[in-house]
Amino acid sequence: MSEPSATGEIDLHAKQVAKFRLQDKLFHFTTQLFALVVLAALVGILVSLAIEAWPSLKAFGPQFLWTNVWSVPDDEYGALAAIYGTVVTSVLALLIAVPISFGIAFFLTESCPLWLRRPLGTAIELLAGIPSIVYGIWGLFVFAPLFAEYFQPPLQNLLGDVPVIGGWFSGPPIGIGILTASLVLSMMVIPFIASVMRDVFETVPHVLKESAYGLGCTTWEVMRNIVLPYTRVGVIGGIMLGLGRALGETMAVTFVIGNANRIIPSLFAPGTSIASTLANEFGEADPGLHIASLFALGLVLFVITFIVLAISRWLISRSMGSEGL
Amino acid sequence: MRTINKLAQGALAATLGLAFSISALAADITGAGATFPYAVYTKWAEAYQQTTGNKVNYQGIGSSGGVKQIKAKTVDFGGTDAPVSEADLSAAGLVQVPTVMGAVTIVYNLPGFKSGDIKLDGLTAANIFSGKITKWNDPAIARLNPGKSLPGTAITISHRSDGSGTTYAFTNYLAKQSMPFKSDVGAGNNVNWPVNAVGGKGNPGVAANVMKIAGSIGYVDIADAMKNNMSFVALKNKAGNYIVPNQQAVADAASGANFKVKGMAPDLLDQVHKNAWPITTATYILAYEKGGDASRQKGVVDFFTWSLNNGQKMSEELGFVPLPPNVVKMVEAEMKNIK
Repeated sequence: MSEPSATGEIDLHAKQVAKFRLQDKLFHFTTQLFALVVLAALVGILVSLAIEAWPSLKAFGPQFLWTNVWSVPDDEYGALAAIYGTVVTSVLALLIAVPISFGIAFFLTESCPLWLRRPLGTAIELLAGIPSIVYGIWGLFVFAPLFAEYFQPPLQNLLGDVPVIGGWFSGPPIGIGILTASLVLSMMVIPFIASVMRDVFETVPHVLKESAYGLGCTTWEVMRNIVLPYTRVGVIGGIMLGLGRALGETMAVTFVIGNANRIIPSLFAPGTSIASTLANEFGEADPGLHIASLFALGLVLFVITFIVLAISRWLISRSMGSEGL
Repeated sequence: MRTINKLAQGALAATLGLAFSISALAADITGAGATFPYAVYTKWAEAYQQTTGNKVNYQGIGSSGGVKQIKAKTVDFGGTDAPVSEADLSAAGLVQVPTVMGAVTIVYNLPGFKSGDIKLDGLTAANIFSGKITKWNDPAIARLNPGKSLPGTAITISHRSDGSGTTYAFTNYLAKQSMPFKSDVGAGNNVNWPVNAVGGKGNPGVAANVMKIAGSIGYVDIADAMKNNMSFVALKNKAGNYIVPNQQAVADAASGANFKVKGMAPDLLDQVHKNAWPITTATYILAYEKGGDASRQKGVVDFFTWSLNNGQKMSEELGFVPLPPNVVKMVEAEMKNIK
């Protein structure tokens, strides 16, 4: 006879372990299922977009991407004008927003008096929470008239006669158009980029900065040589987050871009973006090629967002590689 | 990505809406379609429910959506601004009747000029909206406005950026005035506007653009134009008179039209009455001759019969124009086919 009490204890222990193991497994599978839902949704969206867009892709082929026609009466569609508007407004918005966001984050982490730090930081986060339609209405009713009266004519007087650049600012000063959309977009992405930059700047160990200051570095030199290299990955991530938001922004852009389905080579001229075209035309789209082409536009936006994401991954991995991390 | 999110949200909302309409009581009816009559239908529905206790739910999803939904039988009636052709009605077994009228007006913003100060005829308006005339002091405009000192301000066209029945009516009117307009710009819910044009979302968007941009000209429905106290262009009608749009001029336009056709959708543009506003429109509802549920079919007929007889004042207050009494009689007769 062996000791029943001992085996009983072991059995009890084994049971407990088995129960824990089952719990762990269950937990593992449940969370895995949740994660797979994301993947399934992504693939599902991509596939359904492709199916709906198929008549248009078949009719126009790859030329859809570089054809500058969007004509509902003639039933001919090309994405170039919308791609142009999307890319130009987003890139311009970043050109404006990145330096300003950097300045905000720099000030908040390096030279802002302590009592001002919290209110300023909160203000930026509040800006990020404003719904985009509010920016759109503000842009149309407040910003555009001011822009048309006080900014556009002086800009035209100043730069209108300069070759090449003058053309960018030609056309009647009507207040809405590509440049206005870019400015409103930059307002919208600044809080995102600034708050990410501030957060990553704060992760820099104090000892690194203190040592640099100890060596006699100026604030700018500390920023340039210590903080920026240390936080490069996070900074790129923040910028890409802003770019992603700018590319897909719908309502605010629809209000102020002017909604002209053509490319007019002036920043003062109205244009269109992929998201604003969809918002405008989906409701009353004619069945057939029109609606298929709108789905194709959605697919193009999907691909552009994917490319942006891929580039940011590549930039991040490259900068990590060069650091030997 | 955001757009895709919005689409997904829309799909979810549609599914929920469907679930609600199924679970609703039999006497409650659901309609969907044109956004133009949305305000008046919901106003009627509110008053109708107070009187009869029956609920009517109307969703403004757009005219082509309305036609699609009634054909798919997901709603009890569909609303559309662009009438369905007689052949299509017969093929699908649908009844179509007008419910209320409206007008598309030409509004402008030229500092120093008030409502009705600028006169245009159809051809000149077509040439402005096709981008052929680009300055306010163009000889074609000056000829129609003798004795006025017109400025050389550039013309900015303000149009609907979203596909719209307002655009449909307006471009069809201009296409009748000028063949080049028809071939260059086109006629429909979405058209090819010229270079000097900006698009605004909805009638309020166009109204806002016209009011903000000096030198602009645009088209909005009469309700939004009156609400915003905008300056009207006086437009020459078929009889040769310059008309500043008002509700009486719209009613006059309908008085000369022949509604005794299948679908009850005579062309209301450019009517011959001496005071007719040239760009008069009507909006229509569609229902099946033989529906699946007799009580719902009756619900549709009851609602619109009640509204056409009791809702005139409500529609006038909202900037719409009630159908003339003889047309109301004809609509009631036609609705007897909805069983």
